[in-house]
Amino acid sequence: MTAGTPLVLAQAGTDAMVSTGEAVAFWILGPVAVAGALCMIFARNAVHSALWLVMTMLSLGMLYMLQQAPFLGFTQIIVYTGAIMMLFLFVLMMVGRESSDSVLEVLRGQRLVAAVLGIGIAGVLAGALTRALTEVPAAPAMNPWTPEGGGAGGLARVIFQDYLFPFELTSALLITAAVGAMVLAFTDRHSKQGRRSQRDLVEARFRGEYERPSPKPGPGVYATSNSVATPALLPDGSIAPESLSDLIESTPTAQLQAHRKQLASRETGPDTHALVGGEPRDGSGDGDDAGDGDAAADDAAKGTEDAVTATEDKA
Amino acid sequence: MTPFLAQAATEPINRAELLADDPLWLILLKAVVVMLIGPIFTVVLIVGERKTVGRMQNRTGPNRVGPFGMLQSLADAVKLPFKEQVIPDTADRKIYFLAPVLAVVPALIGLAAIPFGGEVTIFGERTVLQLIELPVSVLLVLAGASIGVYGIVLGGWASGSPYPLLGGLRSAAQVISYEIAMGLSIIGVVLYSQSMATSGIVAAQAEGGWYFYLLLPSFVIYMISMVGETNRAPFDLPEAESELVGGFHTEYSSMKFAMFFLAEYSNMVIVSAFATTLFLGGGMFPLAGADAAINQGWWPALWFLAKMCVILFGFIWLRGTLPRFRYDQFMKLGWKVLVPAALVWLLLIATVRALRNASDVSTGQILIIGGVAIVVVVLLMLLIPEKEIPDDEGVVTTTGGGHPVPPLDLKVPETTPRRKALDAKRRSEEKQQTELTSSTAGSPGAPGGGSKEGESHGDL
Repeated sequence: MTAGTPLVLAQAGTDAMVSTGEAVAFWILGPVAVAGALCMIFARNAVHSALWLVMTMLSLGMLYMLQQAPFLGFTQIIVYTGAIMMLFLFVLMMVGRESSDSVLEVLRGQRLVAAVLGIGIAGVLAGALTRALTEVPAAPAMNPWTPEGGGAGGLARVIFQDYLFPFELTSALLITAAVGAMVLAFTDRHSKQGRRSQRDLVEARFRGEYERPSPKPGPGVYATSNSVATPALLPDGSIAPESLSDLIESTPTAQLQAHRKQLASRETGPDTHALVGGEPRDGSGDGDDAGDGDAAADDAAKGTEDAVTATEDKA
Repeated sequence: MTPFLAQAATEPINRAELLADDPLWLILLKAVVVMLIGPIFTVVLIVGERKTVGRMQNRTGPNRVGPFGMLQSLADAVKLPFKEQVIPDTADRKIYFLAPVLAVVPALIGLAAIPFGGEVTIFGERTVLQLIELPVSVLLVLAGASIGVYGIVLGGWASGSPYPLLGGLRSAAQVISYEIAMGLSIIGVVLYSQSMATSGIVAAQAEGGWYFYLLLPSFVIYMISMVGETNRAPFDLPEAESELVGGFHTEYSSMKFAMFFLAEYSNMVIVSAFATTLFLGGGMFPLAGADAAINQGWWPALWFLAKMCVILFGFIWLRGTLPRFRYDQFMKLGWKVLVPAALVWLLLIATVRALRNASDVSTGQILIIGGVAIVVVVLLMLLIPEKEIPDDEGVVTTTGGGHPVPPLDLKVPETTPRRKALDAKRRSEEKQQTELTSSTAGSPGAPGGGSKEGESHGDL
């Protein structure tokens, strides 16, 4: 890829002789490109597939550069590997790495159609290739340094003069596709199902469309810690059940609850005769207490109720 | 087409010929130097950045290692490779190892196409201060940037944990969007200089004036998108530490983390060097012609590095000044401001160029036509109906401060969905409980306990 190579190749002349350097590069890059394409098909992981395709496209870009078309080569790398494959990766990453292919056939008979079309394309490609081997004369090598050569100028001349109409047709097709995608994906903010803005949401909350006007209490609102495991406390000192996570086991909750019970003289202090602290003095309320300990994350009303039942127990 | 274009095309051939007959040792020497520019600048920049940001925040910055703490990044560079490598269990190991390499290598390649200066003599060999010369070397730098993103995206994905994945996703979207704006701003330069070779662009600027004032919109768009492209503050969303821990490199440690660091700072160096080449006249001294003594020999390399350092200081200054963008605002800036602005500006440049190339149009005519076009556009904009203001029916009353307050006739709903769900759950539990009680009714003492359980849950 040094500057020497293209000049050497340019000296190889217009008689379509392949220089040694080009041949060596071709026999390295060609198998790499084919191997990348094959691995792309057979790779188990979708992201790996995409990466193999990136390798194929990079080798193709380098082959273009060797063929005195550096502009095409770099554009191939920028557009295909840089933008298009990046979009592919973007989507694949959104899908997630653990998701596997669905075995359910959503489109009826798509395998048959795909097979027929695949064989058709293979036939067309094979025909074109065999024709290229025999009939088509090799194009003369162009000097990329001249405006007419394989650089941006020569390509632009071909596209915007000789093939202007097909080019415009293609661009119209692409724009239609882009606009169509936008129309399909667009959700109007002002329609019925539209996404609500922050302000709309606030107003809807105050109108009573939601559970409560304020956001749910964050963890540890009146606490000394801001850990997610620390529950929020209501003004009366009991635990706000909304602030408890379903996922995280909350040790502070149990401690707080026990402490509160103790303060409300619900829990009896350690017996002077006991070897272990904190056990209830009499065994009569055993089952009840154990149940409370498990369901520690219940609200204040239950606490008072328990207190009542406990006094009944003692009576 | 025009004599201008022919002239621009012949000049690089001289450079290319000079480069082509470089002996192998000279090519190797240049390659090594170009490869070392990235790491050396990284080491200097890290300490420089910490010192500068420290001064901006009334701190001293690092001051322990070496005189004035200047050897701090050397100490870090020695420390990092010796730290333990922590590889997450969920990581996709092959890609996890590949990602830092993919980030670093393109970052080191990009500098090869940058013309640091003109013709010099190294050990008796005439050559130019540039590693490779291509007719489209502008694209080489862009291609390097677009490959380098794979490192970040794949690093985020392969770590197998949510924060890096989010960082990788952000980076993918960010770079795709800002590359478009960057490419469009570069097209302006290419149209104006009629050359896609970096040395051709520098030569065109030496003749016609630097592009940072001739193509001011392109320059501004390039400057903004270059910060977005290199993931630097205020656009450092892929590694936003307040939201994503460390973003894409959260799960990386030791040498691989150092490689990501190297890639980030090398990318900064590349985009700065590229900006110098495209907009700031390359190695030219300001207000001096290409033939002046101050622009001969090794001097341009010095001017080039000085301009580059000014831009790099700008990067650090930005980081010390601006808070991080919110992600949606950042995307809005890219797609709704930079890209349309760049497109309109490009249209303008192309029109002016086409009119200039058609030789029978004078500057006065261009100005008149342009003025008429602007007037027509303004008149057409007056025809656009004003946006309708929605009526205030059903809008929540607000106080003077604009805070929503509940209306006086606020109807508090009897129950909420959550309350309903809780009630249903309680009822089903109660039912289960009674079933349990009835099944164990035979045992003595159980009915009393059962009823108590029911009661205690009843008030839930």
